[in-house]
Amino acid sequence: MPEVDLAIIGAGPAGMAAAAAAAGGGARVLILDEQPRAGGQIYRNLGAGDDARAYLGPDYFAGRALIAALDGAGIRAEFGATVWRVEPGGRVVWSQGGKSHMATARHVLLAGGAQERPTPFPGWTLPGVMPAGAAQILMKTSGLLPRDAVLAGCGPLLYLIAAQLIEAGAPPRALVETQTPAAMLGAMRHLPGAFAAFPMLFKGVRLIARIVAAGVARHTGASGFNASPTGDGGIVFSFRTGRRAHQLQTPLLLTHQGVVPSTHISRAAGVAHEWNAAQQAFQPKTDDWGATDVNGIHVAGDGAGIGGAEAAQAAGRLAAFDILYRLGRWSADARNQRAAADRAALRRAWAIRPFLDCAYAPAPEILAPEGDTIVCRCEEITAAQIRQSYAEGAIGPRQVKTATRAGMGHCQGRMCDLTTRGILASCGAAPAAPRARSPIKPVTLGELAALAAHQETSS
Amino acid sequence: MKIASRFLTRPDTTGTVRLTVDGAPFTARAGDTVAAALLAVSGDAFRQTGKGAPRAAYCMMGVCFDCLIEVDGQPNSQGCMTQVRDGMVLRRQHGLRRLSGDEDRA
Ligand code: FES
Repeated sequence: MPEVDLAIIGAGPAGMAAAAAAAGGGARVLILDEQPRAGGQIYRNLGAGDDARAYLGPDYFAGRALIAALDGAGIRAEFGATVWRVEPGGRVVWSQGGKSHMATARHVLLAGGAQERPTPFPGWTLPGVMPAGAAQILMKTSGLLPRDAVLAGCGPLLYLIAAQLIEAGAPPRALVETQTPAAMLGAMRHLPGAFAAFPMLFKGVRLIARIVAAGVARHTGASGFNASPTGDGGIVFSFRTGRRAHQLQTPLLLTHQGVVPSTHISRAAGVAHEWNAAQQAFQPKTDDWGATDVNGIHVAGDGAGIGGAEAAQAAGRLAAFDILYRLGRWSADARNQRAAADRAALRRAWAIRPFLDCAYAPAPEILAPEGDTIVCRCEEITAAQIRQSYAEGAIGPRQVKTATRAGMGHCQGRMCDLTTRGILASCGAAPAAPRARSPIKPVTLGELAALAAHQETSS
Repeated sequence: MKIASRFLTRPDTTGTVRLTVDGAPFTARAGDTVAAALLAVSGDAFRQTGKGAPRAAYCMMGVCFDCLIEVDGQPNSQGCMTQVRDGMVLRRQHGLRRLSGDEDRA
């Protein structure tokens, strides 16, 4: 007998919105998140009550209502809970406080969100190089502000972080962007379609104006990224714009090439995935409600394809409505009627994507690096080694893994899967999504043994 | 802690937590993760890889496992997913160890 109607994995915008909607419709909801608080990465630590950080901007504080709604009736929320297995049939297993726990749900909603796209280039493994999003997490959780950082890469998040740093009184030393004027021009054809997202575009333009007004040096069309250590632990960052070579020194190089769906959990659950060429990432196949080909499993939010926080909330609610219908609590008509507002919100939020995906497409040298650039950080496997394995007949991710050990380390391929795919694609292969297996996060043997003992005595 | 922190010094707050890394005492803010606390005071590596390359916390969201560090005798703890506690003892790691912390792999 299932203990809950719906188990939601991930308490970011999609998961939180879904929890409130499902509980509102009378479902018993369990929501699990790895972090100590609700919010996901976008509203990370928002519930902690440190409001001195106004520099994070109004969009950050907009998450308050969603977080507050988790206190509603019918919702059990568990934090510090790392889900490592989702079984067909609705059994969810997680690790919390060094122990494993289980629950059975009639429906499961995967709302695990996104991670930053790995950005391999020579020197990206050095202390002193971090993803820009990681620095933002440090701002949100610990009030840590990067000192004289250089921001490098592309995407709207880079502008947001630059503006937040300026606002906080810790302006970056420079903003180095990989997107080219040609990409920008090409993206212009999507602008008419992006009209519905005009407020969002306007926000972006304002951010850029703020950065320029603050006098932050800005380079565009940059390539040939390289980081090397200085004697005192700093970073020398070199790159080219056109034929000009540049060098910047900084204690902290913050890189960004957009975000990609976190798909380990959906892949390990057996959900079918497809390649999204516009976003250069794998994503689970879903219908309009987030339902997947695995009975009882929905996916919503950035984990189903990058759309941002507003799209994620709408998609989370749509999934919850569909689940209420499948639970027999709502008629199809009721579901469809309630969905109208969120469908419109989703359309608005998605309208800007073709423009963003095209204007801020990841740099080719990051997607398919060459030479001694480390691809797999855990096992320290280089691009050349992966290319060599392809030349020797490793045409898919599984063969590359066996031949090189790339993807076999602690992170289970989270930091190299997409790069391996990019390299194989650049060699002419058409690789499928790599497999993922439970446990999708490392679990100690002791914890597994305790769980097995518990299962035996309780069955 | 030879290399200066890559972050600005934070204004003093109440609720300080005392801990040590490789025997050296330092303080953190209540609510910090181990990774944030270390980054706040030092720009040094958290660990060395099997090939001897220095690594520090990277993604800060539990994805990359570059922040592995020994926490109160437990090796391979994810520094970015562990909250600081008063009296915590941290040790930087050298080389690869099994995730379970049972033994060295080499
Ligand atoms: S810094 Fe990436 S897992 Fe901790």
